[in-house]
Formats: sequence, C-alpha cells, structure tokens
Amino acid sequence: FPGLADVSISQDIPVEGEITVPVGSHSPDEDYSTLDEPVKDTIMRDLKAVGKKFVHVMYPKKSSALLRDWDLWGPLVLCVSLALMLQGGSADSKDDGGPQFAEVFVIIWFGAVVITLNSKLLGGTISFFQSLCVLGYCVLPLTVAMLVCRLVLLAGAGTVSFIIRLIVVGAMFGWSTLASTAFLADSQPPNRKALVVYPIFLFYFVISWMILTFTPQ
Amino acid sequence: MATADELKFQEFDDAANLLAANPDATTISIDEPVEIPKNQHSRLQEPAREEDDELLGTDDSDKTELLAGQKKSAPFWTFEYYQTFFDVDTYQVLDRIKGSVFPVPGKNFVRLYIRSNPDLYGPFWICATLVFTIAVSGNLSNFFIHLGKPTYHYVPEFRKVSIAATTIYAYAWLVPLALWGFLMWRNSKVMNIVSYSFLEIVCVYGYSLFIYIPTAMLWIIPQKVVRWVLVVFSLCLSGSVLVMTFWPAVRDDNRRIAVATVATILLLHALLAVGCLAYFFDAPELDIPAPIIPVHNGTTVITKSH
Repeated sequence: FPGLADVSISQDIPVEGEITVPVGSHSPDEDYSTLDEPVKDTIMRDLKAVGKKFVHVMYPKKSSALLRDWDLWGPLVLCVSLALMLQGGSADSKDDGGPQFAEVFVIIWFGAVVITLNSKLLGGTISFFQSLCVLGYCVLPLTVAMLVCRLVLLAGAGTVSFIIRLIVVGAMFGWSTLASTAFLADSQPPNRKALVVYPIFLFYFVISWMILTFTPQ
Repeated sequence: MATADELKFQEFDDAANLLAANPDATTISIDEPVEIPKNQHSRLQEPAREEDDELLGTDDSDKTELLAGQKKSAPFWTFEYYQTFFDVDTYQVLDRIKGSVFPVPGKNFVRLYIRSNPDLYGPFWICATLVFTIAVSGNLSNFFIHLGKPTYHYVPEFRKVSIAATTIYAYAWLVPLALWGFLMWRNSKVMNIVSYSFLEIVCVYGYSLFIYIPTAMLWIIPQKVVRWVLVVFSLCLSGSVLVMTFWPAVRDDNRRIAVATVATILLLHALLAVGCLAYFFDAPELDIPAPIIPVHNGTTVITKSH
C-alpha cells in the first residue's frame, strides 16, 4: 500500500482509550443500584409511570409510553375500583340485581383477553400485554363516569339525574373507545381495522351499560 | 413397391412379446389416467343435475378445492393454525352477513360466500353481540312496560346475561356439532354429493343468527302482534338460509330422513327465537293486577305473574 508508507506515529503520543463500544442506551442500573434506594422512591417511580399513562389516556395522542412501557397496575386499580363502585346495586332477589364484584372483574379481564386474542388472530402486530395494558388503561374515562354517576345518584334518582348520567356515560364511552382505537389501530392490517375496532366498541358498551343501569338499593 | 401383406393392417403384438423379440428397442408406455378429480367424476356421472351446479357454484369451486388443500397445514398446537380461521377481511365479513340476511333463492350460502374459507370471527362475535343485545333489549323492554307502575323498582337483571350467553353459545356450537356428526354418519351410508366440514356448518349457523340482532332490538316494542310478526319474519329469513344450505346435503338420502333433518333444523331455530322472546321479554300487557301483600316490617312484597 503505497499511500500508507509515510504514515508514522510519533513516539510521544500515547495510544490509549476504551476498546469497548457502548451498545444502546445506558441502563439506569449502571448509574446506581435500585436495591439501596428508599422504598418511597421505588413506589413513587411506579406511581409516576402509572400517572403518566393516565394522562396519556385522557389526552390521547401518539405516544409510546402506553405501548412500550406497558404495565398492568393501572388496569388493576381501575378494574378493582370500578367493580367496588358497581357493587351494592342489589335488588329484592339476588338474581335480579346488578353485576357482582366477581362478574365485573371477569368481564373486564376476560373481555380484554378475548379482544387481544382476536386482534392477534386477525394478524395484528401488537404484543399480548401491550394490548391488555391499553384496553385496561382506557377504562379510566368510564371509571370517572361511574364516580360522577354515584355522586349524581346521591342527589336523587329521577329523570333529570338519569339524563345527566346518560350524557356523562355516553361521552365517556365515546372517549374510551376513541382513545383505545387511537392506540391500537396502527398495529392492525389496514383492511381489517373495522373487524378489530368492533369488539372494542362492544366491550366498552357493555361496561357503559353496567354503569348506566346501576341503581342503588 | 410394397407387397400386399405389408400394406395390410397388422396387429401389433403385446409390448412384452415385442421386447422379447427385440430386447434393445426403446419403448414408451402411456398410462391410463387412473384418478379423475371428484367434481368431474360427479359431473360425468350425473349430467342431468343442473341445479347442483348452480348450488355448488362450480365455476370456481375447482379452484377453491385446489386452494383449500394448501391451507391449514400448520399443526394444531401452533398459533398460526388458529390464524387460518381468522383469514377474512372486513368486506368479506360484511358480504357474508349480507348473504345471510338477504338469501338469494337457489344459492347455497356455503358455496357462494364461504368458499372453503370458513372463519370463526363471524360466528363468535355475532353470538357475543346477540347475547348482549338480547340481555340489554330485554331489560329495556321490561323497564318500559313497567314504567308507569308506582310499585316498580328497576333492576338490571344481570344474571340473565350469563343465561343468554350459555344458551346462545350452546346453540351455535353444539347443534352444528350434532348436525355434522349426523351428516357424517349418513354420508357413510349414502353417497352424498355435498358434504360440509364442521367449521362450515358452524359458520352457517353463526351467520344465520345475525338477523336476530335487529329483531331483538325491535322486540323492545311492547306489542304482542309486532313481536310475533318479527319472530316469523326473522325465522323465515334465517331458516331459508339454513334450509338452502342443508337440503342438498340430505336430498339423496331416504326421503323421510331428509325431511326430518330439515324439519329438526328449523324446529330448533324456532325454539331458540321463541324461547328467547319468552324468557327475556316480559309479556306486554299484564291483565291480572299484581296483588300487594303488606308485610309487617313495612316492606311490600309484590308477586309478579307472567
């Protein structure tokens, strides 16, 4: 190689450095170990992640927080609170009352699993837990609606309160469906979007129906 | 000039004899076609069955027979195997629903729409929608019927959802299973031209239940006449889809068995409709006033009469 003949390294420049090349991003564990941190920090980190996701649901726009860093704490909290609030809607006989705690729980989790399986079978590229995470977090507007309904029912149970409840539940139902389709629709094959969106619509419709028909004893 | 003997037609000997005489000669053997494709065979045998061609949609059933052999090759414990049952696009599902609601007289639903691509999406989600539609509509209808009465207290009746789910899913899966088993059994005795796979039967039943969704929503109207007209109308539509599908499959059988099979299919379908109407929807006009029995601790117990 004639061009390299006159390359020379002077003797007094030390050749040193790191051979290892950092791959990807620094994981935070390299900076400090999470084992020694106070428990409050651990809990606050997870709570902040959950809170951030709640904000993303209320203002749905393209964000990877819900999809990439999925967690199931939020859906669990929402499901348990919704099921607790829906309880107590019993009637004269056990058979005719509203859904019990276990029924609400099963409907939400089983419904979310079935919808996830449906979208995966139709050729969706989203992962199982990511989809569960999105569907669970998008129950938040309906939980808010349930809270509002209970407060309105404290004031009275007449026609006016029913109309208020209808409007609130209807709006929240629309919000939930739009939020979840905004997150989930991109991962579906284009000519099957409606096939994937319809079960989500049915799922939130059933939950809305349970909320709307809640009557305190 | 050739001799008269050479010009005369000569019988050629058997290949074996010729080879024995001349072992080094090259020979070509042309085999008789042993296998005739099934469609052609039946077509050759019974050219008079014109209506079968129409019903079978034979113009591209050959293609679909060939294509069907290439699908579903994944073993049943993999996810891909089940993905083959959801290989439908939106427009296909909508077409199938349309075909079940507007049955074309003389066209077989399975051959026309399913075409060897049965899907489980339609049956599953139509049944789910029907379950919730019946439960919700029944609840709403009862609410409107009892609305004016002062002693009425609204109840969501959530238990009825699980009952509706059990009934409808059992109907949509167990009846096709029984029908498929029955058809297989008859097939072993009598050679039928048309035979359906289990999934195709599930598909037909699932899609034929679609008409009950708007019917259930219209059952909210608290008029007996309206409800029964709706029952008859929807029964005719979905029943005709079922009959046109299954009549060619049992037609070659003993006359009585064929008629009994089709009658049973229709009877079960009618039973489902009437049963749902009777159980989930209260009768519109309760002529007998509900007696109110005051109990000593202040609550009133009302006995409902259906």
